[in-house]
Amino acid sequence: MAISVMLGKLMEGMGVSLAIFVVTLLFSLPLGLLVSFGRMSKNPVIRIFFKLYISIMRGTPLMLQLMVIYFGPYYIFGIQNTPTWKYGATAVGFVLNYAAYFAEIYRGGIESMPQGQYEAARILGYTKSQTFMRIILPQVMKRIMPSVTNETITLVKDTSLAFTIGILEMFTVAKALASSQANMIPYVFAGIFYYILNFVVAFVMERIENKMNYYR
Amino acid sequence: MSLLEMKHIKKSFGDAEVLKDISVMVEEGEVLAIIGPSGSGKSTLLRCATNLETPDAGEIYHEGQVGLVFQNFNLFPHFSVIKNITDAPIKVQKRNKEEVYEEAKQLLDKMGLSDKADAYPYQLSGGQQQRVSIARALAMKPKVLFFDEPTSALDPELTGEILKVIKDLAAEHMTMVIVTHEMDFARNVADKIIFMDKGVTAVEGTPEEVFTSGNVRMREFLGKLSAK
Repeated sequence: MAISVMLGKLMEGMGVSLAIFVVTLLFSLPLGLLVSFGRMSKNPVIRIFFKLYISIMRGTPLMLQLMVIYFGPYYIFGIQNTPTWKYGATAVGFVLNYAAYFAEIYRGGIESMPQGQYEAARILGYTKSQTFMRIILPQVMKRIMPSVTNETITLVKDTSLAFTIGILEMFTVAKALASSQANMIPYVFAGIFYYILNFVVAFVMERIENKMNYYR
Repeated sequence: MSLLEMKHIKKSFGDAEVLKDISVMVEEGEVLAIIGPSGSGKSTLLRCATNLETPDAGEIYHEGQVGLVFQNFNLFPHFSVIKNITDAPIKVQKRNKEEVYEEAKQLLDKMGLSDKADAYPYQLSGGQQQRVSIARALAMKPKVLFFDEPTSALDPELTGEILKVIKDLAAEHMTMVIVTHEMDFARNVADKIIFMDKGVTAVEGTPEEVFTSGNVRMREFLGKLSAK
């Protein structure tokens, strides 16, 4: 097989990996914020529910979670899997897992905010949601940026776990090519792909961090 | 007309009874200074008056907007000076933007900070930050302005500039309640002084009355201060 043909196949895999990455980030970042609210809720039932959710998501392998979500509907409810369900299951699995990690990052940021900021806002008459959106969240975002970057970089590499439920993402393709062609080149390309993507992630995040550095 | 009335306020934190039946009245245009040793309940009283704490018992009545100047300023670090001052009047009181900005500029002028409108809090000295926080409170047009030890986080050099601002406000008949450790200042500026001790009003009256009072705790307190 010519290298150009291999590259073409790898490109398709890259597209899938990139799609997992983008979808996960797009949905888990806002969902994580909601989960962190649940985790910090004054209502003990809600709080314990989200604590348990986070604990399970962080305490078991993402690979296993993907399998449970993919096969669960069939084994538990007897619902026949459709051919496209593996894409749905991948999205659900990644989003739920990453939302748990992001929730803890948000919580850390929110709880690190000095009480005085809330008190000043309260005296000035801001409503609770105004206080959060105008005063607290912008400062939290700045504080959690390095942790979010870390998690995002991990996500780039974690996309390869989608192979568990038969998704032909980058690494699965590379592995298949390497064994069928008895050639290590696909792995080299895979490595370069992950590195470049993470380089871009780090670059973009640094730009965002710098933008937030207008105050201390 | 009294703008603030607190009647029989009680407040405990766990087993610690911080306020034990304390009543305070502030008339329009009056400056009330609250003095007393640490742990006497001064700050808790102020926090009850401004609704940051809910008393366990008693009644609080106040008219209109209240403002509070904190010991450590609590400016919003991600807002510029002018935004710190204008954001709440625009977003909370829904007042006209141009009008609010115009007033904010006048307030900054008054605070001697007209060149700092676009600066961020971290770029300012403690004294400047505290003046911004006073401007921020004033922009809300409060009926009563509370100060919680406004100079305690400042070195002596910067303390003077804050005290001068408060003095100027007193001259304009701003109604103010000031918790302070600055005895000379309280004596000079206040119309009325409350000396608090262990959660009660130990002595209350004009500065003359309070500073010449025969109250044992008051004498001890002043003695300790002058011994420093």
